[in-house]
Amino acid sequence: MKVLPGGWTLSYVGDCAIAAECEQRISPELNSRVLRVAQSIRNRKRPGIRDVVEGYCGITIYFDPLQVDISTIISDLRFEIIRWCEVQVPSSNRRLVRVPVCYGGTYGPDLQEVADFAECSEAEVIERHTEVIYRVYMLGFLPGFAYMGSVAPSICVSRRQSPRLNVPVGSVGIAGRQTGVYPLTAPGGWQLIGRTPVAVINFGPPMVFAFHPGDNVQFEAVSSEVFDDLSTAV
Amino acid sequence: MSVVVRRPGLFTTVQDTGRWGYQQFGMPVAGAMDMFSYRLGNYLVGNKPPLASLEITLAGPELDFQENCVCAITGAEFEVYVDDVEIGLNSRFAVRSGQHLRFGRLRFGARAYLSISGGFDVPLVLGSHSTHVMTGIGGMNGRVLRAGDLLEIGRRRDRLLPRVKSATPRVKLPQGGSAVRVIEGPHLETIELTSAKTFVQSRYRITKNSDRMGYRLTGEPIAALGNEAVVSAAVPVGSVQVPPDGLPIVLMADHQTTGGYPRIATIISADLPVVAQLKVSDWIDFEFCERSEAIAELVAQERALMAVGD
Repeated sequence: MKVLPGGWTLSYVGDCAIAAECEQRISPELNSRVLRVAQSIRNRKRPGIRDVVEGYCGITIYFDPLQVDISTIISDLRFEIIRWCEVQVPSSNRRLVRVPVCYGGTYGPDLQEVADFAECSEAEVIERHTEVIYRVYMLGFLPGFAYMGSVAPSICVSRRQSPRLNVPVGSVGIAGRQTGVYPLTAPGGWQLIGRTPVAVINFGPPMVFAFHPGDNVQFEAVSSEVFDDLSTAV
Repeated sequence: MSVVVRRPGLFTTVQDTGRWGYQQFGMPVAGAMDMFSYRLGNYLVGNKPPLASLEITLAGPELDFQENCVCAITGAEFEVYVDDVEIGLNSRFAVRSGQHLRFGRLRFGARAYLSISGGFDVPLVLGSHSTHVMTGIGGMNGRVLRAGDLLEIGRRRDRLLPRVKSATPRVKLPQGGSAVRVIEGPHLETIELTSAKTFVQSRYRITKNSDRMGYRLTGEPIAALGNEAVVSAAVPVGSVQVPPDGLPIVLMADHQTTGGYPRIATIISADLPVVAQLKVSDWIDFEFCERSEAIAELVAQERALMAVGD
């Protein structure tokens, strides 16, 4: 392991990837720096760089070691980490993505369980889930699946003991302080509180990924009638 | 004019070098599992990757050709017939319009590549022909081949085929198992030394819960510490993850872009083709190596491939 400025550490991940990580904690400030560093590395368009992937508190660079020397990547990283070391707050020009959600009932089979956990009504769970503007920290697990935070502590119920084999596309779930939308039907263990009728991915053309790292996201409660209208409109 | 699928085989997909550049959106890379054999096949027929080949798994397809084609089959050792005449692997052969190509018995390995001059012409999705079955994108409508599918052949710009040396390099096909070299993973330090010893000194076997996403192994469990401490992060192909039950999972071509289990090792790129040729119940002996050795092996493979068309 090699140490970079600002307490960042560097580790080889196999022979075709390298990971640079800052402090292992989840914070918007750290994540903003991570995104800046990742985007700057991407913008260099160095031949041999295959992928630059942001995480909560680090970035992973995939490369072809026959096309680019690892020392070149490390010096790029050092430069960008120093350059962005003073980014304190998420920049104000981040997009705000609004996501309509029909909460409860068949769309959110775990809403009652979350309400029991929080010792409040279902309506209050919905209020607490919709009043926060979430940050997209990273994407992963499924194409277009955004890990967003942070969920209010009072409703931050942990994952289900046994995952569901089929979570329907559009389901909105909670896992601890994280919330997210299932972009396609898949197995999953998050507590489902509602569903959005809006597609969050389209492989195109044109390609659509509704959520990008660093986006702001706010959920809006809609009725089942509005859900149906929006479903047919898509 | 095209190739018609008479029988699809067990799990036949269209693959290329993979869908790079979209992992920040959670998009898996996919692509050929045995990249060496995929590339060899394409060089033999004069294609420059990333043209699309068929990846054939354990039981191969039967195809009816409706145009004259130049093909090559690389990777796993199958018996392959064109109109009941057995053809040689790892070299170029011609199939005429009206002829029938059939994969027979599998002798060694698990995955073969059928490459065709001009490549299989399927739509590019996010810059790649590769099929990712779990998300249903790429290749033939995002799925494995079915009987009756029509595969179009791309037009070759260059009419001349490269001269090919008679002795082509090839992936070493495992016979019952293989030693596999790994580089130390980011969480090796979270496990006890005795667990690390278990990992390198005991033999693991591939279970039936193994596919293009990953291989689940069975054998001596590895006691992993600090499961909760691992924050989800990007994970590359070849990662050896240790879930709470201690039985390693090796991530393969279709794997998810991120993972939250401790990763104690990563298989070196030069050994991934051999791993792609392993079958259920085959063994793996892991051994650590240095990054310099991994790169040297990769360079040697690249030289061997580059020499094919000389």
